[in-house]
Amino acid sequence: MTFEYAPAPESRAVVDIAAHYGLFIDGQFTDPIDGGAFKTINPATEEVLAEISDAGSADVDRAVASARSAYKSTWSKMPGRERAKYLYRLARLIQERSRELAVLETLDNGKPIRESRDVDVPLAAAHFFYHAGWADKLEYAGLGPRPRAYGVAGQIIPWNFPLLMLAWKVAPALATGNTVVLKPAETTPLTALAFADICQQADLPPGVVNIVTGGPATGRLVSEHPDVDKVAFTGSTEVGKQIQRAVAGTGKGLTLELGGKAANIVFDDAPLDEAVEGIVNGIFFNQGHVCCAGSRLLVQESVADEVLDALKRRLTTLRLGDPMDKNTDIGAINSREQRERIDELVKSGDAEGADRWSSPCAIPEKGWWYPPTVFTGVTQAHRIAREEIFGPVLSVLTFRTPDEALEKANNSPYGLSAGIWTEKGSRILWMASRLRAGVVWANTFNRFDPASPFGGYKESGFGREGGRQGLAAYLKSGGH
Amino acid sequence: MESRADIRKTYKLFIGGAFPRSESGRSYKVDDSKGAFLANAALASRKDARDAVLAARSAQPKWWDATAYNRGQILYRVAEMIEGRRGQFEDDVVSAEGVSRRKAASAVDAAIDRWVWYAGWADKIAQVLGSSNPVAGPYFNFSMPEPTGVVAAVAPQDSSLLGLVSVVAPIIVGGNTVIVVASQNRPLPAVTLAEVLATSDVPGGVVNILTGDYAEISPWLASHADVNALDLTGVGDAGLAKQLAVDAAVNVKRVLPPPRKAPDWFDDPGLDRIRAFVETTTVWHPIGV
Amino acid sequence: MNVALVDGVTASNSALRRFLHGLPGVDQVGADSRAAMLSTRSIKASAKEQAIDLAISMVDLTTLEGMDTPGKVRAMCAKALRPDPSSAGVPHVAAVCVYGDMAGIAREAVGDVLHVAAVATAFPSGRASLNVKLQDTRDAVLAGADEIDMVIDRGAFLAGRYLEVFEEIVAVKEACGSAHLKVIFETGELRTYDNVRRASWLAMLAGADFIKTSTGKVSPAATLPVTLILLEAVRDWHRQTGSLVGVKPAGGIRTAKDAIRYLVLVNETCGPTWLTPDLFRFGASTLLNDLLLQRQRMATGHYSGPDYVTID
Repeated sequence: MTFEYAPAPESRAVVDIAAHYGLFIDGQFTDPIDGGAFKTINPATEEVLAEISDAGSADVDRAVASARSAYKSTWSKMPGRERAKYLYRLARLIQERSRELAVLETLDNGKPIRESRDVDVPLAAAHFFYHAGWADKLEYAGLGPRPRAYGVAGQIIPWNFPLLMLAWKVAPALATGNTVVLKPAETTPLTALAFADICQQADLPPGVVNIVTGGPATGRLVSEHPDVDKVAFTGSTEVGKQIQRAVAGTGKGLTLELGGKAANIVFDDAPLDEAVEGIVNGIFFNQGHVCCAGSRLLVQESVADEVLDALKRRLTTLRLGDPMDKNTDIGAINSREQRERIDELVKSGDAEGADRWSSPCAIPEKGWWYPPTVFTGVTQAHRIAREEIFGPVLSVLTFRTPDEALEKANNSPYGLSAGIWTEKGSRILWMASRLRAGVVWANTFNRFDPASPFGGYKESGFGREGGRQGLAAYLKSGGH
Repeated sequence: MESRADIRKTYKLFIGGAFPRSESGRSYKVDDSKGAFLANAALASRKDARDAVLAARSAQPKWWDATAYNRGQILYRVAEMIEGRRGQFEDDVVSAEGVSRRKAASAVDAAIDRWVWYAGWADKIAQVLGSSNPVAGPYFNFSMPEPTGVVAAVAPQDSSLLGLVSVVAPIIVGGNTVIVVASQNRPLPAVTLAEVLATSDVPGGVVNILTGDYAEISPWLASHADVNALDLTGVGDAGLAKQLAVDAAVNVKRVLPPPRKAPDWFDDPGLDRIRAFVETTTVWHPIGV
Repeated sequence: MNVALVDGVTASNSALRRFLHGLPGVDQVGADSRAAMLSTRSIKASAKEQAIDLAISMVDLTTLEGMDTPGKVRAMCAKALRPDPSSAGVPHVAAVCVYGDMAGIAREAVGDVLHVAAVATAFPSGRASLNVKLQDTRDAVLAGADEIDMVIDRGAFLAGRYLEVFEEIVAVKEACGSAHLKVIFETGELRTYDNVRRASWLAMLAGADFIKTSTGKVSPAATLPVTLILLEAVRDWHRQTGSLVGVKPAGGIRTAKDAIRYLVLVNETCGPTWLTPDLFRFGASTLLNDLLLQRQRMATGHYSGPDYVTID
């Protein structure tokens, strides 16, 4: 018999999306001064979800001024013990409103509700919880006896994990005593705006968190604002470089979390069933819209056929479709532009002679989608082995010895993450100490935790988020 | 108006998540600071102490096995629950310690903030007390703090709530379980705290609270071979403290001696109390292809 | 894997050991999280109705108590044949599972409508001589059992005497004649998933028709991750040999929700081929009533209660 799962859609009734959203400045929602607006769209249905304010120069000025004033008058004077309590409140409010936030995230981003419910939202709450605990313990963080906040942090986050990236940025900034002007991604502003409401429910002092929505222009206004003391950016390497140039010479603090092209390395003594799961989770989690995605599979030649057979079989069981369905594994691609970029890189793979295989799954008529795709016969010279695709596309290369795996893995301008699959502990440590990557997962992949520092080598950026090391991104040690 | 007789609480022990009377059937009179009768508290016996050790031992592996994040959330929940019953705690502190309502309120504030402070440590102890060690050889070497196990503590005699909290929280945050003997003459805030713990997701047996004569119970705890550490903070009698420390050597217990001068419990606690009850485990692993 | 290869890897204890220890390892955390992820699948509406009936048809309705009597066994058989007298269309279960001395009573009660499974080989400990185990098996088959649930010698397995375990299974299989053989590992005693995987291959090499997690007498009994390891083994065995081996989790599966999680696990690990009572069974006693309650809930639209299913 066949066992078809009936549709199991999560209810939309828990969210109440307004027709129009203002900017969140000084604790209040306010319309933009020049009145600009854009629309945010459900990528699974192409339905317009809401009209969002497009913050202009005067609006960003207002937001930065509000953050500055909150920093001076309240936040920098408040003892860490008291700041902590606000962060704990934010953590609890995210937990309390978790269903609503998960649904909003899935509607706006297109990711499966299973992921927003089980990964994004709980991790976001955990991030606030963890950093709340640091707020009154900064002298134990190893940054000198009296580390000081920067002041106003300008933060720009991407669309792949909207609420989680907000948490990664806002929680450490507030815990360390900075105030914030945050710009969410143009295509996924809704959970950030819900977070603004959460700040109000938490009675967070006005101006401590300001949220300005908009596109790249708004982002530039934030990162280049003269009264911003610290810039934190997560996004593409290209934009990261622009920001680095703009910030150069200004004395501002800067951390960048940029692209990646992670190698996921499978040795012949790996736990193979779990390795296959890890490969799937590595590249098909969140439709591959993950900067640390394991987009290059390096598999030892002696098990390559076995692993690829098992992988393809497994991929045919992935369920692509309505992101709101609790059984969906692969949701929608976040935007038409992203869909086109994936397509363009896949075509280059075809043109350069790699073998393409796509899971034979039905593609919905509306919205933007991409089936799980695997390229074999890929070499280091192919574009699909070098460029970040940011989609559900895996490039498979083979190797014969650990040294060769290491060389191929490191042969990239990026260095965000890597995976190693082997039951031999000493080899894990040997590889980990030689891989030029900020995060190395052994016998697992795409694990995140607020206690664990995350960030890259080389063109994947600098600075860490999470853990004790992540606090350094928002603190000056007081040394010279 | 007709007067209404109030319902008075029976004060009991807190062992393994339950509230038994002393197995001995004994109780003792607890007066307020002016000598007026408050309640009869259970007078714990050596057998109650033995039961409490059993409960603490059986709860310890699971408590340590919980993620640090989970332990942190549970401790934070305790703070939420104390805040919700702060009126009762203030009443308890006023009558136990004879302080003003304002002073009692600030003690309750500080007790809540202390829970929150320690709750935040749950997932940071290893990050601050642990290390990776650059040994001279092809080995990955790291050290991590782990709980020492079951800790017996004598709570401060004067600071009935803040002092008690300041002793209990750092013991359990790292994954230990505790048997604490409450302030002998001011035990009622401890019983109220037990009621909070029982409703805060703290697993039964993680905290066990005995009321009574610590001079009678503590020698049994100090010499108990299934107790790993001893916190003598509330032992005022120097002779007894020394004898307990001697008894503790029976199974090489870790001993935190009584403070040399009376501590001000409002001061920042620092890390000493956490550190007193952790072991360090160091792991060597070769690095090679 | 062909006959020659089977002969090769079972030629000596060391050859068998090399083979079993050459199987890919199982990462416990990864296996647990795969099973946990699959248990979040949400099975609703028509899919749930279908799953509940399928689960009922896969139950080996079991009584394995020292206090079993012919009366108890007959009552259970009646329930097995007609699980819900108040509702037409409820399928019967797959088999009744009893101790060997009750096999005749059970056969008489169920005729040839249901399979009769008998536990044998000094169940549940397996601590008896080979002769006793073989006689136990032959007696049960003679009394009418057409399925034998044997236990492996965990002591021998854990001591690395794999060939001894192999040969014992081969001997019991022979004593079964035409009866199907289910091999119980008692995974709660084998402890590691690596051991569970090795035991699975060992039993399949020896000719098991089914591999089964537990006796139900040791905790933990069946779990989702352990069943996942068994399913992966039969899937890979089928790929190598073309032959189909069944899987039976037993013990600790009490609710319809649990049962549906197992069906999802089967569906997404082995595919629909295994979604039949011929290749997947639940060893359970109280599960059936919860499946019936859920079935009533689906049919009536309101929650049912324990007074509305029969106790036998």
